[in-house]
Amino acid sequence: MDLSFESTTLDIPAIRRDFPILERETAPGVQLVYLDNAATSQKPVQVIESMDFYYRQMNANIHRGIHCLAEEATVAYEDARKKIASFIGAESWRQIVFTRNTTESLNLLAYSWGRANLKAGDRILLTEMEHHSNIVPWQMLASEVGVTLDFVTLTDQGKLDQESYATLLEREPKLVSFTQMSNMLGTITPVAEMTEQAHRAGAVVIIDAAQSVPHMPVDVQELGVDFMVFSAHKMLGPTGIGILYGRKELLQEMPPFLGGGDMIKRVQLGGFTMNDLPYKFEAGTPAIAEGIGFGEAVDYLANLGMEAVHQYEQALTAYALERLEEVPGIQVYGPEAEDKGGVLSFIYDDIHTHDVAHILDSFGIAIRAGHHCAQPAHQHFDIDATSRASFYIYNVKEEVDQLIEGLYKVKEIFG
Amino acid sequence: MDDFYRELIIDRYKNPQMRGELDPHDYSYEDDNPLCGDEIRIDLRVDDDSRITEAAFTGKGCAISLASADLLVESIVGKTLDEIKTLSKDDIIEMLGIELGPVRLKCALLSLKVLKAGVYGLDELEEELMI
Repeated sequence: MDLSFESTTLDIPAIRRDFPILERETAPGVQLVYLDNAATSQKPVQVIESMDFYYRQMNANIHRGIHCLAEEATVAYEDARKKIASFIGAESWRQIVFTRNTTESLNLLAYSWGRANLKAGDRILLTEMEHHSNIVPWQMLASEVGVTLDFVTLTDQGKLDQESYATLLEREPKLVSFTQMSNMLGTITPVAEMTEQAHRAGAVVIIDAAQSVPHMPVDVQELGVDFMVFSAHKMLGPTGIGILYGRKELLQEMPPFLGGGDMIKRVQLGGFTMNDLPYKFEAGTPAIAEGIGFGEAVDYLANLGMEAVHQYEQALTAYALERLEEVPGIQVYGPEAEDKGGVLSFIYDDIHTHDVAHILDSFGIAIRAGHHCAQPAHQHFDIDATSRASFYIYNVKEEVDQLIEGLYKVKEIFG
Repeated sequence: MDDFYRELIIDRYKNPQMRGELDPHDYSYEDDNPLCGDEIRIDLRVDDDSRITEAAFTGKGCAISLASADLLVESIVGKTLDEIKTLSKDDIIEMLGIELGPVRLKCALLSLKVLKAGVYGLDELEEELMI
């Protein structure tokens, strides 16, 4: 991977103009420097306007209506599903289930696939770098059904320890669920290889792609995964909508999740017939405007090209790592730039992360402070919390420089 | 009157040419559109060369679904079962001669779904007929 800024094909100033929020000030004369993209991304005007247009011109409930608005809204919503299917290389739009977010997708899997396929004594293999949303639903299932959870440990560099993985696979887990990119360490995991190993061991594989799909090319068929989950709001789209992708045979065999309208074909007092995929998992009126906005976000990213997005962000990450290492007292967690996405979590001497974030905020710099919903990963490194800067396509070198200046000022204040 | 409901559709809806049941029959299949409750049954008689000699339909539904059934059933008499396999959404749209949105398209395609599922089974259905 070429880590230089010069080789980018992206027109960054043009991209920045698409994000009106980047122009705002957080205090008089203090312009926003948004470096909290792993939490949620900003939204381009194209996404905002598509949702605005839906409410101004198209608002109607979908899938049932005969009238003009209902038909237009249905087409727009279902078009978004098709764009998302193509964006991740799915064979069919029927494999794309709309949920509220990554967390709901994982809970749906634990509730529906987990209860139907796991029994007492079975094992689930997770990793120590998982987000809480890929731990807690399985812990809930463990206490309900009696399954046992194992966790792949981490190397000092913050990668998954492949020896630990191979050893734990020998325990023949029924399910292996792990992240493609850690939201704390930024580590990009070898999904294709690990999936192949898991399949050889007889396990079904879920990939948490909340941090990867927004930032790099991801093709579900090339990776060979069984399920993949991610959220719109981390990839330029709105909050309140996410995706569960699954292999058709697996989705077909799964019992439904929520019951109600839209997930049924017909209902009688004595029972109901389930609808086809993906509607079987989509009870109730969905987030229609958000679905349409999500489709627009995917168009935006596809137009830029995910290879170009990844290359630019890696260049930014490499530069930021280099600059951070100059600052005395900073320790960054996670692997080198080549092996990670644009997520930099660090500690700064013994200055509390809330204080670091608070002072940076006074210069307009937005970073995240805390455990980032990845407490076990922090525990692995024996720390309570980190400060985290995370990038997206609209961030620039000068903003990294502002972060570094800000960090020197934090030091001045805390001595 | 909107040209949406052009004369042919209203005429076929009010005066169907192919309505009825065949007893005995070689093929018979019935299905419904769960979105609106429309039901169509199609009966076929075929000769030794698998050529359709007689066809008829019964059912209840809207003007679009019943006119489409009437026109489809009329058009298949004399065709072989292999020829049925090649019929698509576009043939139905051409027969009706109107533009249809996604919801009404399901009404128009119900009879083709019933016909193909009756002859080849539900598993063989194309994606566009999965109503």
